[in-house]
Amino acid sequence: MKYRHAKKFALLAAIILAAVASYFSSAINSYYLQVLIFIGINVILAVSLNLINGYTGQFSLGHAGFMAIGAYVAAWLSTEHGAGLLKAFGGTNPFAIGALFILVLLGGGLAAAVAGLIVGVPSLRLKGDYLAIVTLGFGEIIRVVIQNTDAVGGPRGYSGIAGYTTLFWTWAIAALTIYLVVSLIDSTYGRGFLTVRDDEIAAEACGINTTRYKVIAFVVGAFFAGVAGGLYAHSTTYINPSGFDFQKSIEIVIMVILGGMGSTAGVAAAAVLLTVLLEYLRFVSGYEWLPELVRRIAQNRMIIYSLVLIALMLLRPQGLFGALPRRRSTRISKPAVDPLA
Amino acid sequence: MKTFLRAVLPIALCTFALSLTSRAQDIVVGEFASLTGSEATFGVNSSNGVELAREQIDSAGGLLNGRKIKIVLEDDQSKPGQPSAAVKKLIASDKSIAILGEIASSRSLEAAPICQAAKIPMITPGSTNPKVTTIGDYIFRVCFNDKFQGQADARFALENLKVKKVAILADVKSDYSQGLQRYFKEYFTSHGGVVAEERSYSGGGTDRDFRAQLTSLKSAQPDAIFIPGYYTEVGLIAKQARSLGIKVPLFGGDGWDSPKLAAIGGSALNGCYFTTHFSTQDPNPKVQDFVKNYQAKYKVMPDGMAPLGYDAMMILGDAIKTAGSTDADKIRDALTKVKNFEGVTGSITIDADRNASKSAVVLEVQNGAYKFATRIAP
Amino acid sequence: MSQIEFLQQLINGLSLGAFYALIALGYTMVYGILRFINFAHGDVFMLGAFGGYYLTPRIMPHFAGNLAPVGVVVVLLLTMILCALIGMVIERLAYRPLRSRPKLTVLITAIGVSLLLEYGGQFVFGADPKPYPELITDRALENTGALTITTTQVAAFVVTFLLLIALTLIVKRTKLGMAMRAVSNNATAASLMGINIDTVVSFTFGLGSALAGAAGILYALSYPSIDPLMGLLPGVKAFVAAVLGGIGNIPGAAVGGLILGVVETFVGGSAFSTYRDAIAFALLIGILLFRPAGIFGKAQVEKV
Repeated sequence: MKYRHAKKFALLAAIILAAVASYFSSAINSYYLQVLIFIGINVILAVSLNLINGYTGQFSLGHAGFMAIGAYVAAWLSTEHGAGLLKAFGGTNPFAIGALFILVLLGGGLAAAVAGLIVGVPSLRLKGDYLAIVTLGFGEIIRVVIQNTDAVGGPRGYSGIAGYTTLFWTWAIAALTIYLVVSLIDSTYGRGFLTVRDDEIAAEACGINTTRYKVIAFVVGAFFAGVAGGLYAHSTTYINPSGFDFQKSIEIVIMVILGGMGSTAGVAAAAVLLTVLLEYLRFVSGYEWLPELVRRIAQNRMIIYSLVLIALMLLRPQGLFGALPRRRSTRISKPAVDPLA
Repeated sequence: MKTFLRAVLPIALCTFALSLTSRAQDIVVGEFASLTGSEATFGVNSSNGVELAREQIDSAGGLLNGRKIKIVLEDDQSKPGQPSAAVKKLIASDKSIAILGEIASSRSLEAAPICQAAKIPMITPGSTNPKVTTIGDYIFRVCFNDKFQGQADARFALENLKVKKVAILADVKSDYSQGLQRYFKEYFTSHGGVVAEERSYSGGGTDRDFRAQLTSLKSAQPDAIFIPGYYTEVGLIAKQARSLGIKVPLFGGDGWDSPKLAAIGGSALNGCYFTTHFSTQDPNPKVQDFVKNYQAKYKVMPDGMAPLGYDAMMILGDAIKTAGSTDADKIRDALTKVKNFEGVTGSITIDADRNASKSAVVLEVQNGAYKFATRIAP
Repeated sequence: MSQIEFLQQLINGLSLGAFYALIALGYTMVYGILRFINFAHGDVFMLGAFGGYYLTPRIMPHFAGNLAPVGVVVVLLLTMILCALIGMVIERLAYRPLRSRPKLTVLITAIGVSLLLEYGGQFVFGADPKPYPELITDRALENTGALTITTTQVAAFVVTFLLLIALTLIVKRTKLGMAMRAVSNNATAASLMGINIDTVVSFTFGLGSALAGAAGILYALSYPSIDPLMGLLPGVKAFVAAVLGGIGNIPGAAVGGLILGVVETFVGGSAFSTYRDAIAFALLIGILLFRPAGIFGKAQVEKV
């Protein structure tokens, strides 16, 4: 009981913190602000993918596709219908904009959730690598379809999206995502996800409808990816289909595995760490005291990024936070569960 | 973890402090380019051009009473999502007074609203999509746009090649290619031409086998094939077209312009044409000096992106000189007044829509060399 | 579509498919033994192409005139050895320490290695595309009527077929092959039978990487423009081909590659060419819905 209250308290505190931080956002360097917003978006993406890959033990490589659907649907809603809706909400006051923004984010999230349902269905029959390649395929199909849709700009991208995303929205929604995922997993219902991951056959023998849990994981995960996409679109105010290719999906998978599959705190921390690392590396090539060769290598941030990735996995194969015993679930979760086996 | 933090934090803080102490005298210009990733070759070349121009401005005594230019160069990995962070860093952290970049219109379209909102002038060397400069009155370009070039290609096909029936092979992933295709088709079909067949491929290193598309274009029996793509693919397309027995001329836009095109395509490209910004054979001393200096510095011939980067930096330098200060608004005003600026890519005049109005040249590929064929005025 | 065009497209498709098959063979073999997706396979393929690029001008001058075919074989063999060594080093440094870990952990180091090779390649070789030296002359065969078949297309086909047979023989007939199958079946039991697992895994990686190296050279000869990111897409396509055929199944990879190549070609030649990238995956999803373990894969019964 106490734990439950602690969670609610933490959520409330996080949202208040987000509001306070956002209040001062005009004083923050706009670059840091952008990075902070990207951090929030990546946390949402990683935590939601963790529900599919970490807790339910499915292997999805198509998260960027869900994000793309959310981004495009939300952007389309706010661009095409934003003015009309704002009028209905009573003008351009902050509350009307907030209501509109929640509405378009929900729209993007729901559209992505429907896509998650469609992708979740084949997952009933497929396992491991087969599922991975099918989800990757769905993601790519989504990208190609957007690329061929002239109404949202096709390969030119969708520009002129309103810049509604603030620090408050991003962080509050990130906190809410963490809260909901943790609550879901900690609930009686949530045990189902873990049993599907730990031993599908035993779960079925116990009368657990594994199909249902897998589909729910995909739908919920996709919903939050869609919301993250909506936040992203209204932050950069420009989106392009090639930004949502399978390499983006792989980026999110890296956060999940590096954080330690099935540890929400770890995955969120990895999302923060990797986002900050890539941005921090921008500065390294500017350090004049470093040898010329190091600076030139640092200009290519991905070299350092990949080295860090390999080193971290070798040093901490269980993920950054994988070894920490999870509260209340130590008895049932095996540390090394392999969805590929 | 704790010891790790103890070791790394002080270093991080020190380096951060060091990075803040840049020489106050320098004029900081931000540049973002695709230095790595699938379109790295374009970003590397345009930023080489920018760097050459900076060197020349500095060695000629700098700007505003001897102040040197410091270029802060950010890589966007050829990925959407990267320019927004990169440009915000350039503006907010590095305090750039102006932004140079990108070649790809999609990445310029991501950066433009940020520059516009921050009221920092942005000059794109090579983004040809018409939409880029419509983002706002702080966004400029030094190249012609897709509309002009698409029409130029169509005019060249009708008037010089004298063909009435063409097929098009375009890059579905590239806004540049799609734009050229659209404006080419508009002009060509409204002036008596017929587009017999259209096929597309995925650029950026995705497709390397174009035989499927070429085979079906061949059966349409066109008089010429218009390929609005980049040299990274066009060389291979030409080779495969010839091996499939397609003998008609191929032609395209400035995306073809690189010594690599002929190096990859070889004799398959003989008798093919492309529109571009300048010719390395132009006797104009401005062009010859540029080619000579570029070769001396980078040991390679410049491609089509390098002179655009060079001109973008030169025009910015000129505008700073005219403005007499590093004030962003004054630089912007100076940029709007650029008239008949003698650049490597021709005489550049910035029009009311902040686009460069200038002519295109048509080059013919002959045995690995690009020969001047004709000039098409705006 | 005329009959000639249909046949030409079929040839185009099969030759493209031969390349997918060739890359997929290496993929599927490593998978068959270790049950893990070696994401860096496409990048070893890229290194093979670059190996040939740098070796050709150094080796070919020594084999002028009639000896040229010997030179080609030398370049090919040296590149394959080089790639085999690289593959074994990657396995030793990045994968072996994690062998007892969940496969997803290894997957991330594999992605890390892949990124390192791609972006390290852009740093070392430069990002610009490089024209590939003509190791064998790529010309159209004569007496094929209105159809075009080129020498490199034939070469790709022949090499893929030979390697397919060689691989099958190695896996089915040799002692090492038997050890590979034993490790694949049950690594613990195999090691109890006195099989040195490290050696077998190392050999598998060497073989798979040598195949990737050969594929890299042949691919670069057929599409003579190489760059450090050239392995990315063929790698993914080959993965699709391997899954299509039933991952871990050697003939399956070959058939999967050919099917993928033909389908992509017919879509690319049709009015739906803008959807070409999506069709490959749509096909894959369609087939997996009916055969969840791929065309040749056996559905495994899970033991409780």
